[in-house]
Amino acid sequence: MFATAIIVFREILEAALIVGIVAAATRGIPGSNRWLGAGILAGLIGAGFVALGTGRIAELASGMGQELFNAAILGLAVIMLGWHNLWMSSHGAALARDARNVGNDIRDGRRARSMLLIIVGLAVLREGSETVLFLYGIAAAEGGGSASMLAGGAAGIVAGVAVGWLVYAGLLRIPLRWFFTATGVLVLFLAAGMASQAARFLIQADVLPSLATPLWDTSSWLPQSSVAGTLLHSLVGYEAQPSGMQIVFYVLVLVVIATGMKWINKGGARPAGNGTAA
Amino acid sequence: MSRLLLLALFLLFGTTSAIAADDEFKLVIENHKFEPSEVTIPAGKKIKLIVENRDATPEEFESHALNREKVIAGKSTATILIGPLKPGSYPFVGEYNEKTAKGVIVAK
Repeated sequence: MFATAIIVFREILEAALIVGIVAAATRGIPGSNRWLGAGILAGLIGAGFVALGTGRIAELASGMGQELFNAAILGLAVIMLGWHNLWMSSHGAALARDARNVGNDIRDGRRARSMLLIIVGLAVLREGSETVLFLYGIAAAEGGGSASMLAGGAAGIVAGVAVGWLVYAGLLRIPLRWFFTATGVLVLFLAAGMASQAARFLIQADVLPSLATPLWDTSSWLPQSSVAGTLLHSLVGYEAQPSGMQIVFYVLVLVVIATGMKWINKGGARPAGNGTAA
Repeated sequence: MSRLLLLALFLLFGTTSAIAADDEFKLVIENHKFEPSEVTIPAGKKIKLIVENRDATPEEFESHALNREKVIAGKSTATILIGPLKPGSYPFVGEYNEKTAKGVIVAK
């Protein structure tokens, strides 16, 4: 039961952290909680379909469908997170000034909320589908012990959600002055880490060269399967044995989004143009 | 939207990613175990690992050393491209049944 709880916890930790951070980062956007809920629900439904279609997705693109599917989802999430950060760069100050009332900017608010929905939905979809598959495996297994294992799975889900909530609640305690800077930095690293993961799937599908494998090896020092390694992987994209191409993607996304944020900030009074991330 | 992206990716890369004459190595998952649990492959070469999951339940082939991660549905076969590798051993696990599903790729 304990082993089951750990596996499920590990699977949903990343999604929980993303949801926690994004939920905090979008505070003050009117109606964001409802959109957050809708995103999670859409993600869960999607996760069910992806889990059901695992075999079929895998067969696409001469057997590399799963890799390309994952890379596409991660890539889309990176674009949305980057876009979110650019949007917050021009609106964060206004949100911080008046955390409740930005009703004058309805159209922009709607755009920000649909970003929120997509980011959360994608995170839940990707991590959730693996959890669904794993739990299905337990439920379908013959013989005893499966009830206690399912209980373990439930415990893992509860623990993962609790961590996501703790991150959310913890972030909300940051004084407003620094709040949007802090969440902006967190989102920036989330995006970079996801870009590196997307690169890994593209390398796995033989679409991209790996450049160097691995570029470094810290697996004896900080194994990726350890608790700290897992947390760092989810938060800043830590990998014990990354390939060179992953680091290229990581740095590229980091620099592009950070530069965009700086540029918008310098521009002062919100530029009307919709800054695009990629 | 993601399906559209997938399609775009497929059209862009799907045809080029297929490599014709690679060395193939077979691996079977049965009763949540890998058979054989040790696969020897040539170093410095790209190979295809064909993994057949005979169990009814899905499994996730995972290896940080190989930098590979792939879910294999129950009663299905998946292809995992590996290498070129430096000589050495590269452990992998079935993440959903980590206690029993263990193996290692040895590159020589």
